[in-house]
Amino acid sequence: MQGLMTVFYKELADHFNSWRGIILFITVLLVSVFAVLGPSGALASIRAQLETPVQYGFGRFAFLYLFTTAGEDLPSFLWFITRFLVPIVGIVLGLDAINSEKNSGTLSRLLAQPIYRDAVINGKFLAGVVTIAIMLTTTILIVSAIGFNVLGIAPSSGEIARLLLFWGVSILYGAFWLGLAMLFSVYFRSVATSAISTLGIWMFFSFFMSMAASLTANVLAPMSQTPTTPELLKNIGVQITASRFSPIMLFGEATTVLLAPGERTAGEMLQLYHASGARWMPGPLTLGQTLLTIWPHLAIIGGLTALLFAISYIRFMREEIRST
Amino acid sequence: MSKLAKQLVVQTVDLTKNYDKTTVVDRLNLRVEEGDIFGFLGPNGAGKTTTILMLLGLTEPTSGTAHIYGYNSTREPLKVKRITGYVPEKVGFYEDLTASYNLAYTARLNGLPEELVIKRVGESLDIVGLSPVAEQKVGEFSRGMKQRLAIADILVKMPKVAILDEPTSGIDPEGIIQMLDMIAEIAKERNMTIIMCSHQLYQVQRICNRVGMLVNGKLVIEGLLDQLGREALGGGRLRIEIKLAETTSKLVDCVKRIKGVVSVERSGDLLLITCQDDLRAKIAKAIVDANGLLVEMKIQKYALEDIYRKYFREA
Repeated sequence: MQGLMTVFYKELADHFNSWRGIILFITVLLVSVFAVLGPSGALASIRAQLETPVQYGFGRFAFLYLFTTAGEDLPSFLWFITRFLVPIVGIVLGLDAINSEKNSGTLSRLLAQPIYRDAVINGKFLAGVVTIAIMLTTTILIVSAIGFNVLGIAPSSGEIARLLLFWGVSILYGAFWLGLAMLFSVYFRSVATSAISTLGIWMFFSFFMSMAASLTANVLAPMSQTPTTPELLKNIGVQITASRFSPIMLFGEATTVLLAPGERTAGEMLQLYHASGARWMPGPLTLGQTLLTIWPHLAIIGGLTALLFAISYIRFMREEIRST
Repeated sequence: MSKLAKQLVVQTVDLTKNYDKTTVVDRLNLRVEEGDIFGFLGPNGAGKTTTILMLLGLTEPTSGTAHIYGYNSTREPLKVKRITGYVPEKVGFYEDLTASYNLAYTARLNGLPEELVIKRVGESLDIVGLSPVAEQKVGEFSRGMKQRLAIADILVKMPKVAILDEPTSGIDPEGIIQMLDMIAEIAKERNMTIIMCSHQLYQVQRICNRVGMLVNGKLVIEGLLDQLGREALGGGRLRIEIKLAETTSKLVDCVKRIKGVVSVERSGDLLLITCQDDLRAKIAKAIVDANGLLVEMKIQKYALEDIYRKYFREA
């Protein structure tokens, strides 16, 4: 335990003292603030939204607009968090966790100390997760403060609950990317290789997954020239299922349901259609219903994270560490 | 002369390590006693580092056991690592952090209380002469300084045994001698048992009292350094071979009379002379004085080096 805490404190201090950590932190803050406050950021759209008459109780979640509304030219804060910020932070914190210590010869010195070997990998993982948590806390608080100040809306208790959940889910999501990066840092000796592999996976999921999903859908459920409703539904169904192989999509769906309870994702609509035959169920979901909807998403992200970490853990524990 | 039996610090029994089908360490029986400075010699790839990894419990032996101070290295690695300091061959430090922070990290990993951490770090840096650069980043250090820092790194935990894997690699000749003398001094002052791996014979001869030579995973010689010199290696004596145009018993006699000559053998027109020192000049003079005709003179120096070279060539 003492070994774990020593490694944890050192890694945490490293994350915040190194240029890498500082630059990462500044980037995250700047992008987040810019997404909301920037010249073509979300604020104008939010004002317009707030002026439209309240429909189906949309206005009840006005504070959350800050996080989910896209600006004129800029995507929403949520989009940045989902696609870029959290994955990049997780990847950058983990991509050289183990192999850089192997290459610099510090790992054999570290393992010659009276600590259990897993203290090293656990301590590093924990320090990464806590760093992600600190960054997310700061970011969410700053964006909230801006909203508070500029728009003059205070969050309701329901909104606070949703934000807390969003915070927790985002940390889990960050842990997934951290785990992925650490997995490659255990397997590949070269930092460049592990970095490229992790970034490659991120790029595939981030940019090419939707393409791959619609391609799959068109092969598995081809549509005619004038598609009928069942054809269309089948195609969309396959497309959604395929794209859910991407953790980015899973997290995106989950957080959209969490933070924009009045809107419906395509997946939700399909689910509703199959369940009740209804096309459209007006009104925001309650918190309980929201959790029920996103529960499978969270379970999958959590399970994937645990799996990735377990593989790295086992490999690291069995590996022979030589200094040459 | 008889001393009480010293405590056994390192003991391996039939220690064996196979990688796939190649045997890297083959039924190694190693014994190191308290207070020894044990020179672990061997060419590259002889299995020295693998042996060390097994001693520290960093890799599991295929068969056999290793004990340090009675603790089983495979089953109780934490106890072993608490009393053993290890400097790996390519020792590394966190380059962005200061020398004292690097050492403090080691101290904390060893569970030292915080007030002791600073004290120990200061003392250790003092011993290796790095106090003036304690607050400098290790990235700015030269290779020699890093090696000294590595010694300080093991002093921080005050081990009973120190295992140094090529502690002098990459240092200039002057630095090597300083380093070796420093290791010997520390060992003496703190009564620390030291195992030093090297493939540089003269380094081992300088400070070690016992040596073991590992070739292809097997211990080919092992023992006290001076004993090895006397017994196995031609008595540390010199053999001089001379060729004469004509050999007479008179000439043989006059060579035998030279002080320091142990024996003279005659085979044809060759004389094989065994002596304590290099007596070539005196022998030549004696032969010339006795009107002998000296055709050729060769000297064979027997030392640990010959055996070492012989095995190295084979390896």
